[in-house]
Amino acid sequence: MAKQMPDMEEYKYGFRDEHKAIFQSGKGLTEEIVRTISEMKGEPEWMLKFRLKSLEQFRKMEMPKWGGNMDDLDFEEIQYYVKPSEKQGKTWEEVPEEIKATFDKLGIPEAEQKFLAGVSAQYESEVVYHSMQEELTKQGVIFSDTDSAIREYPEIFKEYFGTVIPPTDNKFAALNSAVWSGGSFIYVPKGVQCTVPLQAYFRINSENMGQFERTLIIADEGSSVHYVEGCTAPVYSTNSLHSAVVEIIVKKDARVRYTTIQNWAPNIYNLVTKRAVAEENATMEWVDGNIGSKLTMKYPAVVLKGRGAKGMVLSIAVAGKGQHQDAGAKMIHLAPDTSSTIVSKSISKHGGKVTYRGLASFGRNAEGAKANIKCDTLILDDQSTSDTIPYNEIMNDNITLEHEATVSKVSEDQLFYLMSRGLSDAEATQMIVMGFIEPFTKELPMEYAVEMNRLIKFEMEGSIG
Amino acid sequence: MSTQFEIQGLKSSIEGKEILKGIDLKIKGGEVHAIMGPNGTGKSTLASALMGHPKYEVTDGSVTLNGEDVLEMAVDERARAGLFLAMQYPSEITGVTNADFLRSAINARRGEGNEISLIKFVRQMEGKMKELEMNPEFMHRYLNEGFSGGEKKRNEILQMMLLEPKLVILDEIDSGLDIDALRIVAEGVNAMRSEDRGFLIITHYQRLLNYITPDFVHVMMQGRIVKSGGPELAQRLEAEGYDWVKEELGIVDETVGQA
Repeated sequence: MAKQMPDMEEYKYGFRDEHKAIFQSGKGLTEEIVRTISEMKGEPEWMLKFRLKSLEQFRKMEMPKWGGNMDDLDFEEIQYYVKPSEKQGKTWEEVPEEIKATFDKLGIPEAEQKFLAGVSAQYESEVVYHSMQEELTKQGVIFSDTDSAIREYPEIFKEYFGTVIPPTDNKFAALNSAVWSGGSFIYVPKGVQCTVPLQAYFRINSENMGQFERTLIIADEGSSVHYVEGCTAPVYSTNSLHSAVVEIIVKKDARVRYTTIQNWAPNIYNLVTKRAVAEENATMEWVDGNIGSKLTMKYPAVVLKGRGAKGMVLSIAVAGKGQHQDAGAKMIHLAPDTSSTIVSKSISKHGGKVTYRGLASFGRNAEGAKANIKCDTLILDDQSTSDTIPYNEIMNDNITLEHEATVSKVSEDQLFYLMSRGLSDAEATQMIVMGFIEPFTKELPMEYAVEMNRLIKFEMEGSIG
Repeated sequence: MSTQFEIQGLKSSIEGKEILKGIDLKIKGGEVHAIMGPNGTGKSTLASALMGHPKYEVTDGSVTLNGEDVLEMAVDERARAGLFLAMQYPSEITGVTNADFLRSAINARRGEGNEISLIKFVRQMEGKMKELEMNPEFMHRYLNEGFSGGEKKRNEILQMMLLEPKLVILDEIDSGLDIDALRIVAEGVNAMRSEDRGFLIITHYQRLLNYITPDFVHVMMQGRIVKSGGPELAQRLEAEGYDWVKEELGIVDETVGQA
């Protein structure tokens, strides 16, 4: 493969648009900033109170003493709110050539490219978006950004917001609760099956990829939805902190899959709280890919609350030079006959560090519950490391817990074998890595799988020798 | 141009210990050479060193394929130049299907812009698999994962057939094969015999050579080729074993002391 591959040693996919913000909060976090955010969004009083209480909570709480190193994270250096210009007057023609070229290299569909480049009102994506919206509206599905949802669907919003992850959950959830902005809101009515995945990038003209986005998904009884977020293009931010909260409620017999792939610039602390509650016979699946960032701490969780509820987390984490992926999953079995599966695939290279940190918890009522955990790590060189830290809490004797962990290196014999058939060192390594993450990529929607493979190829460039 | 493969004075070590102590061998297109010998005499080391396994350090000698210096090439370059090694213990690669792997390998030879079309590839692969009496499902199985010994060997021959190398090295392709599989593998090899392709067959046993008649037979001991002859040499070895060779040459311990 003689294709010109970009050099991934330096972070060359990062890009930023010239900000045309009409309001910036300035650095640091004060009560005044929180009030301003709420006011500018025209929020109801209860949300302002929620934010202020959360701010108080954030100040009270201590930094976590586990996980990655956050010594360099300075809360005073962070800008907490930037209101994007109301009309994004940009056109595709104004997007710099090198950004377009980067998109092309990554093979990102044009509609998505335009969204990423901050181009609004583009004909094709508008059309796609609107036809999708029309279909959803007919079924009674709500798919909007979170800021609009609080105005347009106040009752349902208030009923569920903050119920899965309260501000007191952890310091970063408190922070998000105080300053959140953007994110997706989805409500799927009883019995409605969304056959097409709802994709965040079609939701143009909204603040999708804010630093403190807040996503809330409610799948009512017997419904199903697949939400896909993010993409393999890197997310550039001048700020060094990304702290999102994602709450999902999966009601009786409903099914939700949440797929996300994120590729962060290497200066980002990515500290995200994601949790779902699964009621009786409900199924919740997290498909979660983490590439880049300085430190990621992310453990998608499912609270298996109703009898027969099922949870799945399928994740990959890739850590390169100076990066630490502290990722995993939590399965909290509270009801009988609940079952969960965790498949975690980690790759470390160039001195990167991957930690699997997971929790399998079985409450007193978790009679007959089952959990299966499989963590595989692939280490590409001698400088890179991995760690597996599983926590188990078992309050019921009649449960089944299986845990399997493997750590492997790309073996000399495997490389020799593939190369002896004519593949270059780089191609052979890519092939082994791709095979390693295949259980993940095969679960992605086609276009994401293609992107993912391309991205991994780029990531693996320069990993050799 | 007919293939010319030439090994001169090849010496190779593993972890500082010399295994190959000067190998000389010439293989022309159309010829089948068999290297026989007891265990531990350096036969497989020769195969691996020729292909460029990183564990084996070449300390002296030269290897050329049609005048090109093979030892200067990386493993993949050797492959693209036309060398093929059917391995004794092929690696398993999880998550990569046999078909994806083979198509990548074919395309690596053909180069960018000249990739084989998917349909043409599938047709070729299916055709060759049929010849080797392989279950079509092996196309989509992960590379060698969960394959039996015999299935792995057939898969090696399948790769050889699709990659159409100039110089084929078969390293104990007959080990672990039952008689049917041996026949199928041998038929596969015979089908590939041609004027522009040379074969180097490494084996313990004569039985493979009942199916693939060699033009030349070489006996390896103590990291050297100690005796060469025609097919009749293999038959005598089968009938009488190796002791007479040792006696003739005054060799007490035929191994290179690896044991």
